[in-house]
Amino acid sequence: MADAKGMDGRSMIRRRAGPRLWLSAGWLSILCLAALFAPWVAPHDPLAQDLFLGRMPPFWMAGAEPGYWLGTDSLGRDVLSRLIHGARVALAVALIAGTITCLVGATLGLLAGFLRGWVDIVISRLIDIWMAFPPVLFSILLIAVLGPGLVSIIIAIVVIDWTRFARVVRAEAMAQGAMDYVSSAQVAGRPRIGIMLREILPNLLPTIGVLLTLEMGIAVIVEAILSFVNLSISTDDPTWGSMIAEGRTAIHQAWWVLVFPLITLFLTVLSFSQLGEGLKDRFDPVLR
Amino acid sequence: MSGRQRTEATDNAVIKVLATRLLTTLVTLAGVAVIVFFVIRVVPGNPIAMMLPPGATEEDIARLSALYGLDKPLVTQFGIWITGVLQGDFGTSITTRQPVLDLVLGRLPATLELAIMALVIAVALGGTAALIGTRFRGGKREGAIDIANGVALSVPDFLWGLVLILLFGVLWPVFHISGRVTPSLDLPFTTDFYLIESLIRLRLDLTADLVAHMFMPALALAIPLAAIIGQLLKQSLKETMNLDYVTLARTKGYGETQVILREALRNAALPTITLVGVQFSFLIGGTVIIERLFSYEGLGNMAIDAVINRDLPLIQGIVLLFALIFTMLNLIVDLLYAVLNPRLRHG
Repeated sequence: MADAKGMDGRSMIRRRAGPRLWLSAGWLSILCLAALFAPWVAPHDPLAQDLFLGRMPPFWMAGAEPGYWLGTDSLGRDVLSRLIHGARVALAVALIAGTITCLVGATLGLLAGFLRGWVDIVISRLIDIWMAFPPVLFSILLIAVLGPGLVSIIIAIVVIDWTRFARVVRAEAMAQGAMDYVSSAQVAGRPRIGIMLREILPNLLPTIGVLLTLEMGIAVIVEAILSFVNLSISTDDPTWGSMIAEGRTAIHQAWWVLVFPLITLFLTVLSFSQLGEGLKDRFDPVLR
Repeated sequence: MSGRQRTEATDNAVIKVLATRLLTTLVTLAGVAVIVFFVIRVVPGNPIAMMLPPGATEEDIARLSALYGLDKPLVTQFGIWITGVLQGDFGTSITTRQPVLDLVLGRLPATLELAIMALVIAVALGGTAALIGTRFRGGKREGAIDIANGVALSVPDFLWGLVLILLFGVLWPVFHISGRVTPSLDLPFTTDFYLIESLIRLRLDLTADLVAHMFMPALALAIPLAAIIGQLLKQSLKETMNLDYVTLARTKGYGETQVILREALRNAALPTITLVGVQFSFLIGGTVIIERLFSYEGLGNMAIDAVINRDLPLIQGIVLLFALIFTMLNLIVDLLYAVLNPRLRHG
């Protein structure tokens, strides 16, 4: 039973690491640079409205306004500049939320899998309860409770997604705990916490690293979904999700308002996941 | 081992699984009930104040709060709610003032029809991909299918929904991208299972309209699941193709396609079926945002509205129903696995 439930679709895909690793890393590097230097790279102020320049098409179409390469939205804001500034929010959420989720989830998983006993029972029950919540609804609920803002999004992601790490790390810590090297360390009289941190944890790091990369892609999507439902950061700030929400309403008049953030989001999520898969193939004997 | 002992062993294994799983299911549901109840009560803003017109006095607010039991201590409120739930009373929605159970059961059929349609599409797409990949294994076509699977799996349903809206709603508008049914149509239905009822009543014009509305959101939900099915089924099929009995079938002169369809598929299907059961429960969770995206009038869309309107009893009811569906599906999968898996049966 356990093996059937533990089968995550992602772990079944086996392919060679190669160009996709470099392509993903390349795209993510471009995004990082754009985010870091957004005020200097972006051609316009992402918040500057100009109602005379509303819904201008991208540069190759008739009626395009020079200087607004990817067109403007219905308030006349520059789509390219908003995309570049949106990368800041997306990457901040990916890095911060991903890392904290990883720390919380991996710690709980490690404790449950290594210490077993009542710790394991409590954490496993918590995982069961968490899994029964529909994640999107849960995150929307949390944002409603916490109020909008970057910090709330990060808390929501951590609160919801820690189970992704905890489940895998718990199972793996249990498998490692049954191995000979752990019993030898126990016979040698090493303290349990020492064994957990010095012997077991290093063997789990590749797995945790891959999960972290995948989680960053998920965090970007969660942020986009929350902005889409309009519960994310205050609506003035440029985020990819709020751009998509606006593009969805104006889809028949100005498709570019939806298309460019969608392509950006698509490539980013794909890159995080392909980077994770690539790292998995290279470094991780467990998930592979 | 005699036949009788074997059935007893089967029964014992099934009963054991059933008992432990029922117990954990109850713990899970109780946990969900507690968490959702207390989490949403931390929400700032009084839902009663939001209901009343501006200019309502403190007294009005207090009176209405008392009517909904919101003036009592939290633990007492929880006790009242949970006692009601156990008796089938989920309270009254604050925004619509209708019983929560009626509202939720009115929307559930729309979500179930969407989820089941997505499942059917996922099995069809994933199955086809696996069969083609196995038939042409080692070749370029298998490589192409692997890449498509990889992309389909990496990108979540929310983004697939947006891509589909652009492709088949705007660029080549063949499907509806909003709503469940064309509003101007006259609906003769007596239940909320529109699609099923339209088929039973042989109103195929309505069926066509419903499918044209459902197909895009269902496909968005189906794409990631199809990739999972395609990947696992192909792997099992390829393993099965090397077994002796398949080689025997080949020497009897069956063609490769026939061998795959007639001999290998039946044996390779079991792991996929188990996985589909588990993944289907995740797919139902995905309906929340997909229904929002396509303005589809199901449970998920109602849930988001309930959160925005701070309709506490309605939120509680919907979350509990989702949790119930999720845990029941998992329970069924575990039981099926106990019944179907010979190792567990005789263990």
